[in-house]
Amino acid sequence: MSTPPAIEVRNLSVGYEDINAVRGVSFTVPAGGRIGLVGESGSGKSMTALALMGLLPAGWTAQGEVMHDGLNLVSQSDRALSSRRGRTISMVFQDPMSSLNPVRRVGDQIADVIHRHNGVSRREAVRQTIALMVQMNLPRPEQLARSYPHQISGGQKQRIMIAMALACYPQLIIADEPTTALDVTVQKQVLRLLKAATSERNSALLMITHDLPVIAAMCDTVAVMYAGRIVEYGPVQQVFRNPRHHYTRGLLDSQPTMDNIALDGTSRLVSIPGMVPPLQRLPSGCAFNPRCPAATEKCRAEMPELDRDGAACWHPVQTRETAIA
Amino acid sequence: MISRQPLLAMQQVSQAYSLPRTALFSPPGSFTVLDSIDFDVCAGEAVGLVGESGAGKTTLTRIMTGMERPQSGRVLFDGIDIWSAGQAERADFRRSVQMVLQNPRSSLDPRMRVSTALLEPMRSLRIEGDHVKRLHEVLDQVGLDKSALDRFPHEFSGGQLQRIAIARALMPNPRVLVADEPVSALDVSIQAQVLNLLKDLVRNLNLGLVFIAHDLSVVAYTTSRVSVIAGGRIVEVGQPVELFTRPKAPQTKNLVDAVLTVESGLSGTAL
Repeated sequence: MSTPPAIEVRNLSVGYEDINAVRGVSFTVPAGGRIGLVGESGSGKSMTALALMGLLPAGWTAQGEVMHDGLNLVSQSDRALSSRRGRTISMVFQDPMSSLNPVRRVGDQIADVIHRHNGVSRREAVRQTIALMVQMNLPRPEQLARSYPHQISGGQKQRIMIAMALACYPQLIIADEPTTALDVTVQKQVLRLLKAATSERNSALLMITHDLPVIAAMCDTVAVMYAGRIVEYGPVQQVFRNPRHHYTRGLLDSQPTMDNIALDGTSRLVSIPGMVPPLQRLPSGCAFNPRCPAATEKCRAEMPELDRDGAACWHPVQTRETAIA
Repeated sequence: MISRQPLLAMQQVSQAYSLPRTALFSPPGSFTVLDSIDFDVCAGEAVGLVGESGAGKTTLTRIMTGMERPQSGRVLFDGIDIWSAGQAERADFRRSVQMVLQNPRSSLDPRMRVSTALLEPMRSLRIEGDHVKRLHEVLDQVGLDKSALDRFPHEFSGGQLQRIAIARALMPNPRVLVADEPVSALDVSIQAQVLNLLKDLVRNLNLGLVFIAHDLSVVAYTTSRVSVIAGGRIVEVGQPVELFTRPKAPQTKNLVDAVLTVESGLSGTAL
């Protein structure tokens, strides 16, 4: 018997009045799997994450199914969701400065989570906190646990957040741009830690980011989102090496790499023309058609669904001429 | 074409901020932010400045734009020391060195129409002339339509706003553009557009560009010479590809190691 997936999202839509930020998204995160949701601002990736956590802003509603632990999270009460958050699903947010409580010691904040969900004594919770902090490679954990958030560095704060998210051995961790606010030189450390700690606990990871290299390093599956829909879905190796959607390909081509930098500074990046359409005025048919080099009448008229190779495109990219390798 | 004569040069620039006294009668301590920095840019040349946060990038930017006076060292514009120059030369320097900031959403006033925002530098620098013609010229240079002039910042996307911010910097017809992390707040598919625009401006207008960022690969793409700053000192200067393939200073090596690429991620060598 196979283990049930950590989360299964079926036809999820998220909206506010007549605006739809997420329009019929489906994906599955297998137990212990690592999947990346990549997209630009306005693609609906963060709203998808918030809907999964039951943390949508006031006035926003979610429709569809989010199956987790035998329950459809979309139809659960706030109270039921609240007992799950931090226990079976947890989240690491982008900016650790604004997600930690500035007036409580960081060790106490981790211990709170353990104390509440694991039902252990305060003393035991503190002991587990220190053990977790050791695992997070935090220096002098006993002393650090007594610090306030403003006294420690950004990288340390984000490691505290990860410790908190991992504290109860959740089935799924959602990480929304966990390294975007950090200095480049600590980004790798934090990613390495997140990857090791999740695989050690067999927690599944849903990584949300606009950063393709991060997805390539962290995930085994990727879903590329554009204007609220998944436009390409599949194994990272396949999607990034042989992208079939023109948007995925455009994103890959616009990455500066060592190979497309000319010595004399004459190199030019391929860029995707135009901009992400506002949700109130989405183009008809495939939302990417005004920016797409291969768009035809059909693309303007009909919205493509994901095909069996995982691309939602009427005229998928055939071969990749400019291989990244 | 790159002339040998640097347009804007910093020579042995040092800056220190004083710290509060630790005891009532003790002398106040001081903290050295920049230590004997040499840095220059020529017309038609794009130079990069990279370093971690806290390395001194921002302070150096403030000094090269004349917002801060260094404790020692000289800032030369067109061969003239700006801190001992006369009023006319100072005015010329202020007009000629313009800045583009990281986040256009916070650097543009939300209550100002684009036309007002673009005319702001002309007003504050007291520049006379046919500004309407100049507005159209500048919009054309950054690839925006004239209809943008009557609109407000919230009506634009991040990439368009950064173009407007660049247009505003171009209004007084500067000779040096200082861009502090100009693409890090933008979406990936838009970053390439803005980087290409900056490269075009350097070539077409014979501008000197100082490009400041923490991401080596973005800097390497845009510039032909890069200075690495760490702990208030320039630790290495070189061509971008050289720095990438044969970093000499340990701080450069750290920055090179920090660069994540899709290829290194896919091959499993990234982390």
